[in-house]
Amino acid sequence: MVTENAPDSFYRTKLGLGVWEHRGKVAATGVGHSPTARRWDGKPETSVGAFAIDSIRKAIADSGIDPSEIDGLVLDASTTTGAHWEEGAPIPMDVVNAWNPTDDPLDGIAKLSAEWIIKNMPELTNVKFTMYGPGCMSRALVVAAQAVGDGLTNNCIVLKGWHNLEGRYYQGGANALDTRPGTAALSTLWGTPASYGTALQFAAYCTKYGKNHDMMAPFVVQERANGLNFPEGFWAQHRPEPLTIEDYLAARWIAKPANLYDNDIPIMSTAAYIFTTAERAADHKQKPVYILGHASSRTNAKSLTPSLQEVEDDTYFTGQKIYEGAGIGPDDLSFENMYDGFTLFHQFHLEGLRYRGVQNGEALDFYATDISNSGPNPTSPSGGNAGSGRTRFWMHTDCIQQIQGRAGARQITGVKPEVGVSGGPMPLGGDFIVWSATPN
Amino acid sequence: MLAKQTPIPDELTGPFYKALNEGKLVVQSCNTCNKLQHPPAPVCKVEGCNSSDLTYREVSGRGTIYNYGVVYDCPIRVLQEDQPFNVAVVTIEEDEEIQFYSHLPGTPVDDVPVGGAVQAVFEATAGGDQKIIEWKVV
Repeated sequence: MVTENAPDSFYRTKLGLGVWEHRGKVAATGVGHSPTARRWDGKPETSVGAFAIDSIRKAIADSGIDPSEIDGLVLDASTTTGAHWEEGAPIPMDVVNAWNPTDDPLDGIAKLSAEWIIKNMPELTNVKFTMYGPGCMSRALVVAAQAVGDGLTNNCIVLKGWHNLEGRYYQGGANALDTRPGTAALSTLWGTPASYGTALQFAAYCTKYGKNHDMMAPFVVQERANGLNFPEGFWAQHRPEPLTIEDYLAARWIAKPANLYDNDIPIMSTAAYIFTTAERAADHKQKPVYILGHASSRTNAKSLTPSLQEVEDDTYFTGQKIYEGAGIGPDDLSFENMYDGFTLFHQFHLEGLRYRGVQNGEALDFYATDISNSGPNPTSPSGGNAGSGRTRFWMHTDCIQQIQGRAGARQITGVKPEVGVSGGPMPLGGDFIVWSATPN
Repeated sequence: MLAKQTPIPDELTGPFYKALNEGKLVVQSCNTCNKLQHPPAPVCKVEGCNSSDLTYREVSGRGTIYNYGVVYDCPIRVLQEDQPFNVAVVTIEEDEEIQFYSHLPGTPVDDVPVGGAVQAVFEATAGGDQKIIEWKVV
């Protein structure tokens, strides 16, 4: 089996493309989540591969169809951004051989291929289409939506897995050496942690608009509250502790003005969804959630890191593409679930959407209004990564569950959740989906 | 001076690092569209240009502090003893879209004059003869 990355033609990166040609013809039905864990404990049954199989089986069961009806699989093969297997470290062959391995012994442990999934799920007897949406669940979703719309697959699993290992994220490897290759050194010598770029943009935002970091507190506190109502999430499962305003304001800095709670906690978890055609969705167990459109950004920073102006320009441009492709406007959004992987850039996504009319520079004031799930302006009702741990998929699960009426204690009640948007990750770059209770 | 990893020049960045050792700051320049770019790349990144006719042009070494953060939790082992420290983004006089990072040697932590003028300086690294670029508030 050879699985390729989706071609560039799958992504809607330009304005002026009009409404998505498959608007309302693709639907999400089943959802499946694995357990969460802080780090891998080294056992075969808790590897990222095992978690992936668990979430896929749950998603298939949730959709109510037989596994033999699954004919497609779209996933992101990468399962980390900062917990890389140390070069030369011994590979646990007992774990490798507890499964049906591929040629890469780390498959199912520190990465995930379509081949590994198929080899270890004998019930998937009919998968004929496999493709990678690399980098994020958001990209895998866009690829799967386009593939189903194009008729390449009818009942498609969309999967994203995350592993985490002993030790601290992003430590080790090249960061532990005394030298650095010349090109990489141009941006890494100064020791910036992952949230630095976002912190810088936020600092520039505060300078430009006269805001301050304390104004983030209501949003981050609300996200944790929403996350504690996400039973599939890390905080709800392992540390069900509310976050208070005082906790947030007293937290230690990582890259000031980004503090500990502005950074998402790395965890292990996987999620899978079932995408199908609108016609077939009628035979699935769960209420279909139709995809009205998708949009992508492939903008690169002009220099070392995006400036505030670049971020504001690109998020607005992305918002325009999102609305054009879905055939809607800002007033049609019931809720937004844009990415929050560093909390300090969520407002760029929100402002780019002009969500509830919020313009550039206004989001932090907006956070001080009622942004709860019971109010008129539900904002990140999933709680995102801040609320449930680093996976970049809580936002998508929540969109589906809100529209299906299955969000439990998180269920939006202040407005009727009919149209939502999710996606990310960063303000530059990323992929986005518009979800709807109806196909038009 | 904060200890930094020592860069190992490669084919693309060789001229940049050689200039630093000579006390000069150079930035990659496209001979087709005249746009500066940093970090350097194999082709011009201007949409529609993509020219491979690139060279390095010396610049004044004068810049402005765009904004900054303070690093308290650094992933680079050699720098961890020195945290917290400033990391500013500096833009150059010739093109405000060209950025460099800087620890702003001599500037107190979290007491950075945003919008202030800076001048390039050339610092040695602990591991070898290769110099790196830094910026000081003027």
